[in-house]
Parts: sequence; C-alpha cells; structure tokens
Amino acid sequence: MSGFVSRGFKGRRRPAEQATRLPPGQYAERGFPVLSAGPTPRVDLADWRLKVEGLVARPQEWTWKEAQALPASSFEGDIHCVTRWSKLGTSFGGVSVDTLLEAAEPLPEASHVVAFCYGGYTTNLPLDDVQGGKAWVVWEHEDAPLPAEHGGPARLLVPHLYFWKSAKWLAGLRLLDHDAPGFWESLGYHNHGDPWREERYWGD
Amino acid sequence: MGRLSWRLADVVEVRPETGRVVTLALAVPGWDGHRPGQHVDVRLTAEDGYQAERAYSIASAPDGSRVELAVERLEDGEVSPYLAGELRKGDQLELRGPVGGYFVWEPDRGGPLLLVGGGSGVVPLMAMLRQRAADGSNVPARLLYSSRDLEDVIFREELERLEAAGDGLTVTYALTRAQPAGWTGYARRVDAVMLEEVGWPPGERPLAYVCGPTRLVEAVAGHLVALGHDPSRVRTERFGPTGVP
Repeated sequence: MSGFVSRGFKGRRRPAEQATRLPPGQYAERGFPVLSAGPTPRVDLADWRLKVEGLVARPQEWTWKEAQALPASSFEGDIHCVTRWSKLGTSFGGVSVDTLLEAAEPLPEASHVVAFCYGGYTTNLPLDDVQGGKAWVVWEHEDAPLPAEHGGPARLLVPHLYFWKSAKWLAGLRLLDHDAPGFWESLGYHNHGDPWREERYWGD
Repeated sequence: MGRLSWRLADVVEVRPETGRVVTLALAVPGWDGHRPGQHVDVRLTAEDGYQAERAYSIASAPDGSRVELAVERLEDGEVSPYLAGELRKGDQLELRGPVGGYFVWEPDRGGPLLLVGGGSGVVPLMAMLRQRAADGSNVPARLLYSSRDLEDVIFREELERLEAAGDGLTVTYALTRAQPAGWTGYARRVDAVMLEEVGWPPGERPLAYVCGPTRLVEAVAGHLVALGHDPSRVRTERFGPTGVP
C-alpha cells in the first residue's frame, strides 16, 4: 500500500535514541502494561516448583529456595509486546536459562522448548532461542519482587522475541525433538515472534 | 495461512457515541469477516512516511465488508485523537486483521454469558451482544458495565433496545464517579458483592468475558475465581490507558 497518506495525520516523531531502539510498528511506553488471557494465578511460594524435563539427561525440579540459590543473572534492556508497546531500559533479575539447561543436560535430539505455566499457558521456542545468554527465568523487576500480574512468582524472559514468549507464572521447560505450537501460536500469532522482523501473526 | 495484508478501507460513517468516543464505520474491500471479540491493527501514515500503528477492537457483528470500530479519544494519545477527532467520512484508513482468537464469543459457544466491561472495554463485548441479537440467540446473557458516569456509557440507547427485546439479556450499570439524580443502581466500582448479585452462580458455569482497564480486569477476574468460577471459563482482555507501575 505504498504511497498512502492519512490525510491530516502528523504523528509524533520518535526521539533519535528511540528510533534506533524501537522495532518496526512499536511505540515507547513508560508504564508496564499488563496483558493476559485469563485470571492471574496465585501461586504459593511453598508450592512453587520449577522443572526442566523432557529430552534431558537429568530432569530437574527446584523449590523456590533452591532456585533463589542458583547463580544470579540479570537483564537490562528493552522489551517488546506484540500489542505494539515497547518498554525501553528496564531490568529483570533471576537466573539464566543456560544455568538450568546445564544442570539438566539436554539430549542431542532436543531441538525445541515448550514453556508451561501455572494457569495452563504455554509457549514454544526453538532451543537456540533460549540458549547462549538469551533467556532467563526472572523473579525481580527493577529490583523489586515480580508482581503476580506481571508473572510472579517467576516468568520466562526472552527479550529478543515478542513478550508473549516470555511466559508468565512459569512452571517449567519441556524439551522436545519437534516444534509444538503453544497458546497464542495456535490462535493466530506467529510461531517465532521476532520483533525486528515484525513476526506478529501467522504468515508475517 | 496467508499473511494478514494491509487493506485500504473507506470511512463510510463517523458517529459520535459519547463526548470522547466515536464509532468509525468502514467499508473494507476483500474483508473475510471476523468473530465477535476480535480486533484489527490500524496504521496511520504521515506525509513524510512516518507511521504509527495501534490495535482496536471491532464493535460490530460480522456484516459483509463493513467493520465498525469504536475509538475513545485519549488526550495524550498519538493515534486515537486522529481517529476520534480528525477522521471524516470519505477519508481512508489502513488496517489489517482480524486478529485474536481467544477473547471471542459466538452464540454456538453457549452460556450463560457474563460480560463485564469497564469504559471502552465494552466495545468487544458489544460485538458479542450484536452477534447474539443478529442470530436471534436467546443464550442468557448479563452485561455488567462500569462507567464513570451515565454520559460516558457507550451504546446506551442500543443496549436499552437489546435488553427490551426480552430475549434473555440484562444490562446493569455501575457508575463509579457521578450518578444522575434519583439513581438507584450501583454507585461504586465492580466488587465481589456486585458480581455475586449480578453474575451467575458458579454452579451454572457461566462463560465470563472481562474487558477494561487493568485494575478492573485484575479485580473482577480475581473476584470471579474467589467466588468459585472456573478460571478456564474466565477470559480477559486489557483495554484503554495503560497503568504506570
């Protein structure tokens, strides 16, 4: 639809710094909008477990206390939601997914991950997208405990993909030898979700 | 599944709903239809090529190539003041969709239906009620609509007509800031007591759709679960201005 101009639309130009940090079609949001498909699950820390299972040599299960004792790792940077807001310069703290996978030892045939959650949500990712310093399990946001509506006690954080991949209320990761579309991926949203390639919906 | 391509729609009607909300009726060439509750992406392009995109819920029931959006003008917004202030009949608008497959209700999903909307969060719920009426469905339905005052209620006359049809729909308002003289309805935010009074008993296993600002959605969904409703039958959508942490 090249050449179309919205009569009378001027818009706000992004500050130069934002222009390079915002993927196509995104705008900078100062707040931290909440998005979810259903009620916020309330998970008691005493009952909380984090699992890594499926195609691994040593399935793992951590209690809250055990997870807190894992080597700390943090992320500082930008996050991008498919509903078009981006939050620039935010931070999260928790543990690197690399640490979890090292403990579980993925089998050679493992190629994909399904993140599964309290409340039933799922999302799928290629294993490569959660390895090599690209993904975390986080329980802190900007130095405070992660609020339940933002996925607390703990959520997955995969900041290089649209934020629906950063599953809230994470209960574990299941390693598979094939891809298995998750919740939104089965409802019209892109299977991969790279914001820089604007992979929002099926066929993008 | 092919890509959702951008389409150039014609604005065929601009209809004020309240002081801050307008309905935009669009004729969308090649539109494949939608399901009530879905939304579209809208893209505006300035003369220098600068673009801004936002998502808006569809207010209308499926009706050929016609799509209606109801847009609330946010004073500090970039896109909504244009859509709900500048855009005129005869203008064109780029959009693609429909998007979203979960916050969707059609009469064959059954009920009973509990719809809880806050402010412009009523828009996708209205699409569901319009579809229900268009199909002649008598699935029992209750709408609980939270608004700052009566003047801000969107679709008020139409909701009155739909309720008066006597096909099993009831509409209840909660006016949170100001109430007209003699108002005997709710004059507070939606709370657990109200949901018990207006909503269905959990034993009837209603399908609940909750849409509005995060504070309302979080509170209502939490109350419904606490009252004993099955979380998997409570679907939520956030709408309107975003909260600052």
